[in-house]
Parts: sequence; structure tokens; C-alpha cells
Amino acid sequence: MIIVEWLLLLFLIVCAVAVSISKNLLNSVIIFMSYSLVMAVIWVLLRSPDLAITEAAVGAGVTSVLFFLALRKIGRMGHKDKEEK
Amino acid sequence: MNEELRRIWQQFYDWVVGNGPRPENEVVPEEPPPDLPFAQKPKDKYSRFHEATLKERYNQWLEIHGLHLFSVLYSGLSVLTCLVIVSLLLATVAELPPFGDERNPAHNEVIRRYVEHGGHETGAQNIVAGLILDYRAFDTFGESAVLFTAAVSVLMLLGASRRNSLKDDPSPHSDGEGWDFLNRGPPALRHHVFRQDDAILRGVATLSIPVIIMMGCVVVINGHLSPGGGFSGGAILSTALILAANAYGFERVHSFFNERTFIVSSSTALMIYALSKGYSFFTGANHIHSIIPKGTVGDILSGGLILPLNICVGLIVAGTLYGFYALFSEGDM
Repeated sequence: MIIVEWLLLLFLIVCAVAVSISKNLLNSVIIFMSYSLVMAVIWVLLRSPDLAITEAAVGAGVTSVLFFLALRKIGRMGHKDKEEK
Repeated sequence: MNEELRRIWQQFYDWVVGNGPRPENEVVPEEPPPDLPFAQKPKDKYSRFHEATLKERYNQWLEIHGLHLFSVLYSGLSVLTCLVIVSLLLATVAELPPFGDERNPAHNEVIRRYVEHGGHETGAQNIVAGLILDYRAFDTFGESAVLFTAAVSVLMLLGASRRNSLKDDPSPHSDGEGWDFLNRGPPALRHHVFRQDDAILRGVATLSIPVIIMMGCVVVINGHLSPGGGFSGGAILSTALILAANAYGFERVHSFFNERTFIVSSSTALMIYALSKGYSFFTGANHIHSIIPKGTVGDILSGGLILPLNICVGLIVAGTLYGFYALFSEGDM
């Protein structure tokens, strides 16, 4: 079990670095989403399920949706917007 | 000696002011080109050869090298700041007491009281819910009020601009006179950027929305029995609303959840919260017996005020988060 925890923590660090390095903003938001999801699993392993539920709902759900909305507003959602312009 | 010093000082002063003696081997430019901007024209204030003053030389040097120097300084300083902050934080973490140690300062009589007497004092099986909605209910009230205030201010800001634009350009369906609070223009006038008929999205939404809503209700209603509570359950409910708005269009959600519903439900929830918690604080502070039953620990109808308070917080959070999405996406709710 301790190996799983270490793997998850390593994944967190990799995600955190990848979010800031990634050139594509859409990729950044998706990586951030997976970061929140893994963080929720870690909260469960740390025996705080309340935080896990909130992290999964708010971190992986609502904030990512708001980020996608912001990306759509500034027209950086992907190639679809470029074709329209 | 004194004369010598004075002469050196005079030379230094002339050099600083730009009034120095003409060098022997200097080639004198005859006439400055006439199209030079005013600031770069050499001044002939003094009869002697005009050297650039220290300030002018500094400005010239800054024009040539300034940006490069700034970028080098900026990156260097930012790396330095990051290193300092990281080392400070790591040093602080190294000084922290070990995680979960029983001699930690956090393990005092307060937490012992919560763990030992929390069950029968609040009637909640989930001790976190007992903490945030009974012992610390006033803080949770403040948080809900902050969320509600934020949503209402965004609504006012975005709604005001929309209201003005509609007043200037009355649509054919609205009477153009005043503002109808319930019907803000026909739905066809709203601009939809990506409202295609997406069969996959609709199918997945039809399957998953009932499950998500049920999950949210379970998390809210079982807040005093199992992990979760008003805030997380409300967030889950709001994601169901956002998914519905994306799959079926905002009009469908608008038909049962619009600005008026949001305002009414959230203010009612806040009011119920304030009144019920105010009653419980009043009775508790004055040692009057409260009429609210605690119930048996573990039942669905237990925990005194925690269940209704959870439902109130869930309503506010669900409405607010969906409202943020709808307002920022459509400029309207």
C-alpha cells in the first residue's frame, strides 16, 4: 500500500510540473483535472473522506468546467475555434 | 594641498555636470543633423565643448542595454526569490512536529472534547458535520453568505449591462418598456456558440444526470451520518445542472431554475439558517432548554439542526456554482 501512495505522490509532482510546462492551455486544464482526481484518492488514503468528496466535486468538477469556460471565452479551446475564425 | 583638492573637485564637478575641458584628440562634429529630436540635441549652454551629463549618458546607456539588463535581472531575481521561499518553507516543514504524534500542540482538550462528547452533544455520527454545523455553525453561515453575496454581485454586474443593452435595442418580442423580471427576451435571441445536436453528449447526460443528482442528494441528506455534507453535495448537484445545461441547452434548465428561483431559494435558505442557528445560539448562551430534539445517533432524523442546515447550504452552493457557470457562459441565468 505504501508503494501505491508513493506512486500517487510522484504522479502529483509530475502533474504539477507538467501543468506549468505544457504549451497547450487545454492540456494544462486536463492535467490539472487529473491532479485533483489523484489528490482525492490521496485524501481517502489519508483517511479524510470528507475532503476527498469535496476535492473530487469542486477540484475535478466545477473548477475544471469554469477553466474550460474561460478557455472558450478567450478562444484557446483548440483547433475548432481556429477554423471558425 | 588644498588647491589641489579643489582643482580635483572642480574637475570631477565638471565631469558630472558635463562641462569638462575639450579633449586634445577629439573630433568636433560640425553641425548636428537637423532632424534630431529635441531631447538629443547637444546643448550649447556653455561655451566650452559640451559633454553629455551623467544623466544623459545613463539614459543613452539605458536605451541600448536597458531591456537586456532588465530581463537578466528579472530572471535572476525571480530564481533567487523562488530559492529563498522554497528554502524557507522547507526549513519550516523540517521544524514541524511529526504527523500524528500524540504530543502535538493540536491534541489538546478541545479535540478530546469533540471526539469524546461530539456524538451525544451534537447527535451527528459524522463528527466533521457536527463540528462545522454545530460547534462552528457560525463560520459556515459566514461562508454561505459570502458565496451568496458573490453570486448576487456577479448577477447584478452582468445583468445590469445586459439590461442596458436590451433597453437600447428592444427585441421584437419584448414590449421594450421596462424590464420583465421573469422573461428576459425570447430564447432564440441568446447567442449559442456551440449548440449542435450532440447525440453522444445527450445520451451520456440522460444516463448520468439522474445518478449524479441522486448522489448529490444522498451526500447532502446523509451529511450527518457519512462523509460529505452541504458543500460537497451542493457542488455535485451543480455539476449535474451544468451538464444538463450543456447537453439540453440553457433554456431547458432555465425553465425550472432561473434567476428568480435562485434568489428565492438561496435567500430562504440563508434566512432559515440564520434564524434556526440564532435560536440555538440564543438558547445555548442563556442556558434555556432547546426544543430541538437531538434524536438517536445514527438515525436519518437525528443531529438536531444539522440535517436542515445541510440542505440549506447545499441549496446555496448548488445555485451559486451553477449560477457562476451560467452567468459567465451566457451572461444570464
